Amino acid sequence: MAGTLAAAPGLRLGRQTVRFDLAPATVAAAAIVGPREGKGPLGDYFDVVKDDELVGEKSWERAEARMLAEACRLTLRKAGTRVEHVDFLIAGDLLNQITCSSFVARELNLPFLGIFGACSTLAEGMTVAAMTIDGGYAQNALVAVSSHHCTAERQYRMPTEFATQPPPTAQWTVTGAGAVLLAARGDGPALTMATVGKVIDSGLKDPQNLGAAMAPAAADTILQHFQDSGREPDYYDMVVTGDLADVGRKIALVLLEREGIAIEDRLFDCGSNIYDPDQGVDAGASGCGCSAAVFAGYLMNGLLTGRYRRILLVGTGALFSPTSYQQGETIPGIAHAVALEAQDAPG
Amino acid sequence: MSELLLAFAVGGAMCLLAQLVLDISRLTPAHVMVIFVSLGAVASGIGLYERFVELGGAGALIPLPAFGHALVQGIVEEVGREGPVGLLTGGLRMVALGLTVAVLSGLAMALLFDPRG
Repeated sequence: MAGTLAAAPGLRLGRQTVRFDLAPATVAAAAIVGPREGKGPLGDYFDVVKDDELVGEKSWERAEARMLAEACRLTLRKAGTRVEHVDFLIAGDLLNQITCSSFVARELNLPFLGIFGACSTLAEGMTVAAMTIDGGYAQNALVAVSSHHCTAERQYRMPTEFATQPPPTAQWTVTGAGAVLLAARGDGPALTMATVGKVIDSGLKDPQNLGAAMAPAAADTILQHFQDSGREPDYYDMVVTGDLADVGRKIALVLLEREGIAIEDRLFDCGSNIYDPDQGVDAGASGCGCSAAVFAGYLMNGLLTGRYRRILLVGTGALFSPTSYQQGETIPGIAHAVALEAQDAPG
Repeated sequence: MSELLLAFAVGGAMCLLAQLVLDISRLTPAHVMVIFVSLGAVASGIGLYERFVELGGAGALIPLPAFGHALVQGIVEEVGREGPVGLLTGGLRMVALGLTVAVLSGLAMALLFDPRG
């Protein structure tokens, strides 16, 4: 009996990595962002740039849900399919009880798996989607993720009217939504492997320095991915972290170098690149909309146009709540990695 | 002119101190508010804050510690006039104007600008 319970041979690599036989294709993706993100260096790569953070809604929360729903519909339109042909919606956001995602699922009327991985949610969702498709339980799955600067400020920080000064380590939550449609068959970059991260806590307590809290988790998952997969760092054209921002990226590089992995030339952090330094965002960006919008906009474009052929997307999340840090709990981090490869990549 | 410079120096010194506390320690703006109001009350109680006011005028009357100073002075005056019951009434009586203006101007801003944060 024991044998029948084990995964099929070759599908599990090492302790934390899975390999997908089918290698589901990311057939389409769409990114919708707010005005500040649109003015950043990647502005031209996003499908839609809103000129108003409220997008005509009466609350920030409604605005975030509207952007998420729009990202879903646009992704399906780009894939040439319709909502009723989607097998599962896998979505998450940063708000309490992920209401934003649930409200979008209510609107789209799809079988819905709500997930929370803080800012690692896109990579977590893509992992769950790929497992579901590769396991034969779905032909396709739509992964959708969002964050909004103003909803995050309201929930995690001070009222914006209070005008608290952020320290230079602070990050600016991205207003943006990204959606990705994965399918068993189709054109588009293939999701070949996923490494599921462990919760790593290095004892930091400062919610204004999340990059530092997440960096050890990012380094741990990247290291584990190379160990499990047997791949060398130069297998990938780019290792993409979600939102370590300037402070966290430096820490992750130091931690990886100690383990003999030097990837400074190819470690691209979405949080360090979505804004210009002169946009007043301190260390960079955060929020699950950060890696979602950068992946769905900029990175998908790079994979489709051949700017790079293989990337390791490492979503990074800080697993805390306003209650937990007010009670003095430390801030644990998590990182999930998915390997994406242009379909005609040699080998 | 020297009055202006003194007001700037006294008020600026208090703000600089608060900024240093925020930058160097792990205390939050809420901690700083409570600590500075309390320090103002203590300084007022031992007669020190009145010196700052004589020296810096508005420079000492506008920053946070002035609220602690006002609470203590209100209590001192009211105890002198009404006896021990002034311990309970004097502080709020003295700051009633400031508190009411703060509440009303907050309300006015909310009506005018539709805050959402």
